[in-house]
Amino acid sequence: MWSNEIPAFLPFFIGAVFALFTRGYLRGTLLLAIIALSGIHLWYVPEGVTVSFHFLDYELMPYRVDRLSLLFGYIFHIAAFIGVVYSLHVKDTMQQASSLFYAGSALGAVFAGDLLTLFVFWELLALTSVFLIWARRTERAYQAGIRYLIIQVLSGVILLAGLIAHASTSGSLSFEYIGLNGAGGWLIFLAFGIKACFPLLHNWLTDAYPEATPTGAVFLSAFTTKVAVYALARSYPGTELLVFIGATMTCFPIFFAVIENDLRRVLAYSMINQIGFMICGIGIGTALALNGAVSHAFNDIIFKGLLFMSMGAVLHMTGRMNGSDLGGLYKSMPKTAILCIVGAASISAFPLFSGFVSKSMVMSAALEEGYHWVWLMLLFASAGVFHHAGIKIPYFAFFAHDSGIRTTEPPTNMLIAMSIAAILCMAIGIQPAMLYSLLPFDTGYNPYDATHILAQTQLLFFSALAFVWLNLNGLYPPELRSVNLDAEWLYRRLFPRILSSTFRWIWQADKAVRGAALNHISNFFTYLSQQHYPGGRVSRMRPTGNMVMWVTVLLAVYTWLLLSWA
Amino acid sequence: MAKNNQHFFDNPRNVQIILYLLYASCVLLFILDFIIHRHTYHHWEGLLGFYAVYGFIGCVVLVLIAKWMRTFLMRDEDYYDREELDPVEVSKEEGEKHVV
Repeated sequence: MWSNEIPAFLPFFIGAVFALFTRGYLRGTLLLAIIALSGIHLWYVPEGVTVSFHFLDYELMPYRVDRLSLLFGYIFHIAAFIGVVYSLHVKDTMQQASSLFYAGSALGAVFAGDLLTLFVFWELLALTSVFLIWARRTERAYQAGIRYLIIQVLSGVILLAGLIAHASTSGSLSFEYIGLNGAGGWLIFLAFGIKACFPLLHNWLTDAYPEATPTGAVFLSAFTTKVAVYALARSYPGTELLVFIGATMTCFPIFFAVIENDLRRVLAYSMINQIGFMICGIGIGTALALNGAVSHAFNDIIFKGLLFMSMGAVLHMTGRMNGSDLGGLYKSMPKTAILCIVGAASISAFPLFSGFVSKSMVMSAALEEGYHWVWLMLLFASAGVFHHAGIKIPYFAFFAHDSGIRTTEPPTNMLIAMSIAAILCMAIGIQPAMLYSLLPFDTGYNPYDATHILAQTQLLFFSALAFVWLNLNGLYPPELRSVNLDAEWLYRRLFPRILSSTFRWIWQADKAVRGAALNHISNFFTYLSQQHYPGGRVSRMRPTGNMVMWVTVLLAVYTWLLLSWA
Repeated sequence: MAKNNQHFFDNPRNVQIILYLLYASCVLLFILDFIIHRHTYHHWEGLLGFYAVYGFIGCVVLVLIAKWMRTFLMRDEDYYDREELDPVEVSKEEGEKHVV
């Protein structure tokens, strides 16, 4: 059927254009209808559909449908739908349009069959999403957006360099398994790694997402990093380096999350932690691990979106996002509090919630493949994620000490969007077979056996006990208005300082050299003028007799010259 | 939620009840370790109460290390802002108008 070959990003781009020229209810209805229709259409597109053509010596494939890309296609539709519902009250055309362009770019990237198409959508992801940060319209957001854009575009440039190198050695541009062979493979790996928040390359996320608008952060949390996870799952499955990168990513951000004050920045750190589980699964590379990685990406989009939505609702209603300023909001926002707790339970992988049915696949795979130390790290990170995302987020926003803030529940559309996400979290947790049927491999995995339920529940309850014990004994670090240094210090403080001191040095050296030269010139002129002032050699008075003598000498010389030539 | 400005957690008794429920669940879960035989892949997993102890110690260590990290990582809230932003920049969040 010809309509199978309509690429999934096209309806979104058309919707974004509609969003530019419509307003109010019409815009909301149109956008939701377009996303819903596009989603239903995608549901009926079979695996194996491709669109390809020849370009120079290469075969380009702008649209390729297979099991892996379909899974991400479905979840991106769900995320876009929830995000648009959540932002229905927003009257900012720039945000409405760019969020649809952004979601469309993500769809374009996951259905790309060649690296050149991937590159185009990779850059579009950056260019379209930065408006969701700038839409906050503060100086801070503007600066953070610039930094975000530079890093994202840089990732694209590295991807371009990598694909050129890869194409020249392998003779193919197809977006398939690449592996760490040659410069091309490493460059593409690095480009994917920047968007996937590899350690030390991760700060763009914790820098930019908390500065985005309440609704913008919901869209941002869904797409960019998950496209990177998808790209790594397609091109680098079974790359052992990823196991260790992933394990590091699960562990280090949770320390920062515990001491971070801005609750959306806590979520940003926890996002890196969750991506770590996915990267680790991709690195292990078995069927179970890959299933775990991509299903966790699927679930993470929903529950992390839910957490970002609940914090966005708090920010929208109170204008505050720091743990030190919030607290006691369950009194005025009880529904938001409950929905936030559902998201917290899902990310913490409580049985019957979505995180439980996906994260455990990665952990089981790590054990089965003999990565025991990695498994211990993942287990520590599981306890840690409950600690900072599962407890800290709801506790400091909605409970803890009463901040005295009294507000109301957020707009209805926000509550509806959060409810859809919460229902999905629980539905997937209770009925994982629905999700499992969409996964790339059939492994017959069952998350609900007694061992797994007991082990996970023990881990979580005793983590909660640790939180209570630390809190009652005053050992828990209080929320403080502060900034914590991270790798971003290098490019936000050290490099600017080095640059400015280098330039200051150059400026001073230049000033000294030019000053010395000017000094010499002015000394010379002073000398000259001194010669012309009274007493100077040039202005000395000479008697007329001297003149007569010199004229005589001159004439004598002339005469001698004339005589000697003649 | 109760009315008349008296909310659920305003009453310390309710907080205590929640805490006792948590303690009871922890004890129960620990006892279940004796009853349910967990099939294990790794010998550490087979240790009695492995997950409970690991979860508790893991979280305490996490928090204590994070707290220690504050001693050398924490800076003033405007650490970056004072060099990156215009000094006159003071922007109010739009949402503050919703606060009663």
